[in-house]
Amino acid sequence: MHTVSETNLSPIQPGTVTADTAIQLDGVSVQYRIPTEKIGTFKEFIIRYMQRKVSFTHFWALNTVDLTVKRGEVFGIIGKNGAGKSTMLKAVSGVLRPTKGRVRVFGHIAPLLELGAGFHPELSGRENVFLNGSLLGYSKPAMEEVYDEIVEFSDLKPFMDAPIRTYSSGMNARLGFAVATAHFPEILIVDEVLSVGDEAFQKKCQDRMKGFQERGTTILIVSHGLNTIQDMCDRVAWLDHGKVRLVGEPEEVIAAYRAENQA
Amino acid sequence: MATASKPVYDSDRQVSAAAREIREIGRYRYLLGQLVKRDITTRYKRSVLGVAWTMINPLGTMLILSLVFSQLFKTVESYPVYILTGLAVWNFFSQGSNAAIGNLVWGGSLLNRIYIPRTIFGISAIGTALVNLLLTIVPLIIVMLSVHFPVPWTMVLIPIPILFLALFTLGWGLFLSALAVFFPDVAEMYQIVLTAWMYMTPIIYPETMDLPPFVRTFFNYNPMYWMVKLFRVVTYEGRLPAIGEVWPAALWAVGMIIVGWLFFTSKSDEYAYRV
Repeated sequence: MHTVSETNLSPIQPGTVTADTAIQLDGVSVQYRIPTEKIGTFKEFIIRYMQRKVSFTHFWALNTVDLTVKRGEVFGIIGKNGAGKSTMLKAVSGVLRPTKGRVRVFGHIAPLLELGAGFHPELSGRENVFLNGSLLGYSKPAMEEVYDEIVEFSDLKPFMDAPIRTYSSGMNARLGFAVATAHFPEILIVDEVLSVGDEAFQKKCQDRMKGFQERGTTILIVSHGLNTIQDMCDRVAWLDHGKVRLVGEPEEVIAAYRAENQA
Repeated sequence: MATASKPVYDSDRQVSAAAREIREIGRYRYLLGQLVKRDITTRYKRSVLGVAWTMINPLGTMLILSLVFSQLFKTVESYPVYILTGLAVWNFFSQGSNAAIGNLVWGGSLLNRIYIPRTIFGISAIGTALVNLLLTIVPLIIVMLSVHFPVPWTMVLIPIPILFLALFTLGWGLFLSALAVFFPDVAEMYQIVLTAWMYMTPIIYPETMDLPPFVRTFFNYNPMYWMVKLFRVVTYEGRLPAIGEVWPAALWAVGMIIVGWLFFTSKSDEYAYRV
């Protein structure tokens, strides 16, 4: 990771948004403030604060990113660890508010991040479906409507009344994917989750994503699997140290990325 | 489909964080119910008596305290009822505020991944405590009947002290959980504060007792003193509260919820960076 103590940010140009824009980032910067020394206790903080000894390293995880994702596009993001990929997804999904710049999202977002993160081990599969659905912002009727379909897709019918702690990690991921994709999403955000379950289930996941794509879902994918990105995406952005290095056709961007990282 | 002129999410849209949060809680009210249900069902999932423990716990404490202290506090009429009403209020406060801290730290990994209104963990903590409090009213009435304590008609006014208590605890819990995100020690330090606070509040002893003057002075500035008092007026003393007993509790409740809500939401954009 590199640290920048001072960065000149170009003035933000108001991005032009057209009818087919799904996600618009204008000069988006996200700054993490990391205390130079770890201050873990309240007492220590007060003492240091009084002595004016609280210092921070400022680190731009995203630095003046301009990007437009069009409606219905499958858009990939590649880059090394710490390049700012996950931070960008967080800024788009509203988890993080950008330090500078503007994020606009035209449509409702369905996040597909670390499947089954909100599952409770002691609750049954069925109870967790409703809990997880509510965490994603769906109402009770909306979940009842898709419940049977979730059970069928995840292929876990005999296990729905057993507590989640008895599930294997594959079963967990299957149920997580089924809940997260139960409703047709306008914008789907996918973070490194396509490699779950066995081959047959992976095929099922990909078919479902393709189905969404055909019906006009905008998909934003972050992955280290360059082959997955190349197969699925219409366009790709390469992030490097928080900046966009290149945006374009998958072949072109991946070739440039490979060339630099193998040299 | 959304049109180009109206984004669903716009990081530039200037709505005050506190107001936005209220709207978002309304949108996520189903999640709120799910979180309360999860807390209640998972707590006793592996125990045989299940949710009955919520009623047995305060009864057990009451029994022990009655055996030990009823000689000492024999001036207190129907001591078991006195202690149980005090414990109900105190347990609500300590459980609710502790769970608000714990929930935000627990929910941290989720807050980092998906968007959820941040106050939902604090509110669900109070929701769970509220269910537990309502459940302790059952053993309270049983104890009243078994010690031949006439159940007062003013019990029907119980929602009023409970409302003030819930608002106060929520505001306080939000304030503390925001602090605990930045300083993990707050959760540990708070246990000591809670113990001291409990002994400075007339829960197990009568307020007429011979007390050090500073404790008595502290009563006036102690919000929990007013919360316990108002609750006992309608349940234990069985009379209508005087104006002078209502307004301090109301003021603390409204003041604390405003301060806690504003403080929590003003920091809420930073949680995803910190938790």
